[in-house]
Amino acid sequence: MPFYEAIRLALAQIRVQKLKSFFTALGVTIGVMFLITVVSIVSGMGNYMKDELVGKLIALNSFELRQRPNINVGGVSDAERRSWRTRPPIFNYDIPPVAASLAAGTLWASYSQSGVNAESPWSTPRRVTAYGVSDQYFTIKRMDVALGRLPTPQEFALGSSVIVIGKDVQDHFFPNLNPLGRELRLAGQPYTVIGVAETQGSAFGISFDQFIVAPERSPLRRLLNPHGVVDALVVQSASESEIPDNEERVREVMRARHQLRPEQPDDFALQTSDSALAFWRKIQHYLVLAGVALPAIGLIVGAIVIMNIMLVAVAERTREIGIRKALGARRRDIMNQFLVESMTLAMLGAAVGVGLGFGFAKIISKATPLPAAIELWSVVVGVSVGAGVGIIAGVYPASRAALLDPIAALRQE
Amino acid sequence: MSQLTAEAPLSSTAERAAVLSQPGAAPDNRWVIVTRGIQRHYDMGGEIVRALRGVDVAIARNEYVAIMGPSGSGKSTLMNILGCLDTPTSGEYWLNGTLVSKMSDDQLARIRNKEIGFVFQTFNLLPRATALHNVELPLVYAGIGAEERRERAREALASVQLEERMDHRPNELSGGQRQRVAIARALVNRPSILLADEPTGNLDSATSEEIMKVFEQLASSGQTVIMVTHEPDIAAHARRVVVLRDGLVATDDRREAFAERMQV
Ligand SMILES: Nc1ncnc2c1ncn2[C@@H]1O[C@H](COP(=O)(O)OP(=O)(O)OP(=O)(O)O)[C@@H](O)[C@H]1O
Ligand SMILES: [Mg+2]
Repeated sequence: MPFYEAIRLALAQIRVQKLKSFFTALGVTIGVMFLITVVSIVSGMGNYMKDELVGKLIALNSFELRQRPNINVGGVSDAERRSWRTRPPIFNYDIPPVAASLAAGTLWASYSQSGVNAESPWSTPRRVTAYGVSDQYFTIKRMDVALGRLPTPQEFALGSSVIVIGKDVQDHFFPNLNPLGRELRLAGQPYTVIGVAETQGSAFGISFDQFIVAPERSPLRRLLNPHGVVDALVVQSASESEIPDNEERVREVMRARHQLRPEQPDDFALQTSDSALAFWRKIQHYLVLAGVALPAIGLIVGAIVIMNIMLVAVAERTREIGIRKALGARRRDIMNQFLVESMTLAMLGAAVGVGLGFGFAKIISKATPLPAAIELWSVVVGVSVGAGVGIIAGVYPASRAALLDPIAALRQE
Repeated sequence: MSQLTAEAPLSSTAERAAVLSQPGAAPDNRWVIVTRGIQRHYDMGGEIVRALRGVDVAIARNEYVAIMGPSGSGKSTLMNILGCLDTPTSGEYWLNGTLVSKMSDDQLARIRNKEIGFVFQTFNLLPRATALHNVELPLVYAGIGAEERRERAREALASVQLEERMDHRPNELSGGQRQRVAIARALVNRPSILLADEPTGNLDSATSEEIMKVFEQLASSGQTVIMVTHEPDIAAHARRVVVLRDGLVATDDRREAFAERMQV
């Protein structure tokens, strides 16, 4: 009997006993519903981490050369941290040879960052995050101004005392004022505001708009990179596929400069969004495992219920099986019939569960701070899980049916 | 007794004796069924029930045979073996020149589907399916597409005058109509034999006659028919009567000879 015939038969059978079918598949429905809810929330959190948190800090197709990673979404041992401290820093003079090694079309910018005290005549002093950056920084970070302009190449080259400020900085130091052309003192140094950056948003309630950016050669360098130490070199490849190649080039130059022997590990960090997300991935893994364990119990219960009901169905329909066998159904025809029936039942249950799960995830994301993302692949997973449960639960009853002796089956009342 | 004009060709006693006396040899193609020394034992918890104790039967193409015998003589057991629903404990069963007594379950299922039409005393229709769908079933397992299936099932129902009832379920049909649906189902795959185990056992005498007319027509159109019955006037429709007693063939003769014996 062809597969679609078996499905038609199964659907007819399910339609005859709607209520019973509903209760039979309920376990699977609930199991899949929780599965989908968990998957949606975990992947929602994942997207949040990736796009909102790490994505904001690390630009597209880029990685950073650093003495040590600065984004650690947890998971670093104390020993590791101690070993980072003994590493040589990245110096100003490391940058040109590294930059020279990069593939054509690659953008790069060095930058350093530190909290500095800022003052203006219109407000109380406050600490802001100051960045000293080289000229392609704004391009790489896709940072544009909402007001004013970016520093010119000349200003970068000369180290002019000009700054681009974040929205929060504007609001605090220049309330209801046009900040352009006005002075902001940073660690006592006078700087002229030439632009206000477009707002960068926030994550976990932390604003990304409390910064100022200055050319790295400007007077702040004594504070931002004392002794010629640079915090990071950000390298933006022309495409995603070029990232590993550029990483390799940077690694080679840096290892040579630090005179590392082949067996020695890198004493610097190449931080990609992947490496920054590695720990999150690990958590996500456990979250999914934990999140799957619960629904799995539901699914196991669902499978047992289906198996029971299918055994009852085989017992009730023994005569039908006998008739079918007498008319030429082979073992595998009967086997398929019951397997498909149990699979279809579980799949329908799972499909309902997928729908409910999405709804549930939506409600949770609305009612709590937990984000939720509806992943289309989880529909496939949910329905496949349902099919799998149905098949597993159906194997034993179906094989009992398939092995029935036709005469004994026909004799049943 | 119904008057028969065109008697179907009967195999002679001598011809049957000849084909039955060559164990292991494949019968030539005029024989639809040849069994040699068929035994069927049931193990009832240590006690062996010998339902068949060495049945030799040869049935030629186009014969119309009734099997009679007292209750418990093994008629149904033999029919089940002939219908490939069961396999003998020992002995040979040749169907259309192939030895089926040694076949696997799935091979037997193919044979049941293609070569055998079985009609049961209790009809054995699927209660929730329409007459048409019931008749389609053998074609489903023959792997025939939906359209052709429908067409052939409709034809088969028409041949038993039930075309207008094809959308009815079994519980909306009379006993005689149900049995006619079962006959249509048995014939829809054009089997080489039609087997019927007490086809009129659950029917009143008028309806029984109606079913016998259908059998009559089939037999005169060349269908090989074997039926089990308790009733002599039903058996009288057949051209040849085999009588079983205690799991053995007691007599196997032309109907007329059987009728004479009955009168003595
Ligand atoms: N499955 C079985 N298990 C044990 N014994 C059986 C089985 N089927 C049949 N028998 C025995 O085999 C013998 C023949 O039974 P069978 O059903 O063939 O008789 P029958 O001639 O068809 O009788 P009836 O006219 O009552 O239908 C009987 O003694 C019966 O009890
Ligand atoms: Mg019987």
